[in-house]
Amino acid sequence: MSARGETLLWMAQRASAAVLAVCVVVHLAVIIYAVQGGLSAAEILGRTRGNAAWFAFYALFALAVTVHAPIGLRAVLIEWLGWRGASRTWFLVLFTALLAWMGMRAVFAVFA
Amino acid sequence: MKVSVWKGGAGGSFREFDVPRLPSQTVLDVVTYIQRSLDPTLAYRYACRVGMCGSCAMTVNGVPRWTCRTHVDKVLRNERMEVGPLKNLPVIRDLVTDMREFFDKWARAKGQFKGGLTRRDDFARVAPDSENRRSVDVAIECIGCGVCYSACDVVSWNPDYLGPAALNRAWTLARDERVADNAERLRAVAGDAGVHSCHTHMSCTERCPKRLSPTAGIAGLKREILKSALKGEL
Repeated sequence: MSARGETLLWMAQRASAAVLAVCVVVHLAVIIYAVQGGLSAAEILGRTRGNAAWFAFYALFALAVTVHAPIGLRAVLIEWLGWRGASRTWFLVLFTALLAWMGMRAVFAVFA
Repeated sequence: MKVSVWKGGAGGSFREFDVPRLPSQTVLDVVTYIQRSLDPTLAYRYACRVGMCGSCAMTVNGVPRWTCRTHVDKVLRNERMEVGPLKNLPVIRDLVTDMREFFDKWARAKGQFKGGLTRRDDFARVAPDSENRRSVDVAIECIGCGVCYSACDVVSWNPDYLGPAALNRAWTLARDERVADNAERLRAVAGDAGVHSCHTHMSCTERCPKRLSPTAGIAGLKREILKSALKGEL
């Protein structure tokens, strides 16, 4: 890839890592706090559904993962398998689409 | 002591030698003893014997080191030691590696100095205490021994990766006020074999016998590349 393309990917991975650092801490803190009293799945969904703020937070979380993971996986594929070229790019496009679909599906199921 | 020494090319194997222990003995002394007294066919490289030339680097007990500056006392375990060629470089024979790819990468990282002045111009005046010059000072003493390259995990995973020494060289030029071709250099080191492949394991910094930090240089290049990309110059 071109120098500019590599640099854009690097910037995207760094920026998404910064978002994830915050999201992961908030996520862990909330689940540890929320399950203290022994919540059931139905009680959790009762609290989360229709909550626009948590919907926005987890949508951002899922999208940051969608940006971050494929760029890292791209490096892993080069270093571990020596996989380059168009076939790798298509694999990563599919992987990105899968991550986005699974992530947003979960976000809609819990918060919409 | 028992010393296992790599014999042969890439498909070779370790061969064990009995070597007498002497006071203040270096690993290079051991290798020299083996070649002069036990196995005259042993191939190895050295020149200065005092840590100036960087030609005697080998892998000692799995760690790349200058053998001339490594005392046996420091590395001997249970009266045993293993000496092999540098990793990440093709083995020519025994302890001698082919350094061509290592130095070709310096060229690919635009490691050549290209100034913007002519003979009719006055000397460039670079203040020794300027920020640029100070960042060059801490990185400029590299003598190209290949220890960092041999220690680098990323080179072992991605043979195209330019490696710490070439990138450190590029960094010293990127901070050199006299240089006229920095945009080209930043493009050369920002590709998929360049700085963005670095995992910041810092093995290069850990192993550099000159105590340089190629990791810091690579981080500096990333910053320069980022600035250049944001300005639309990359």
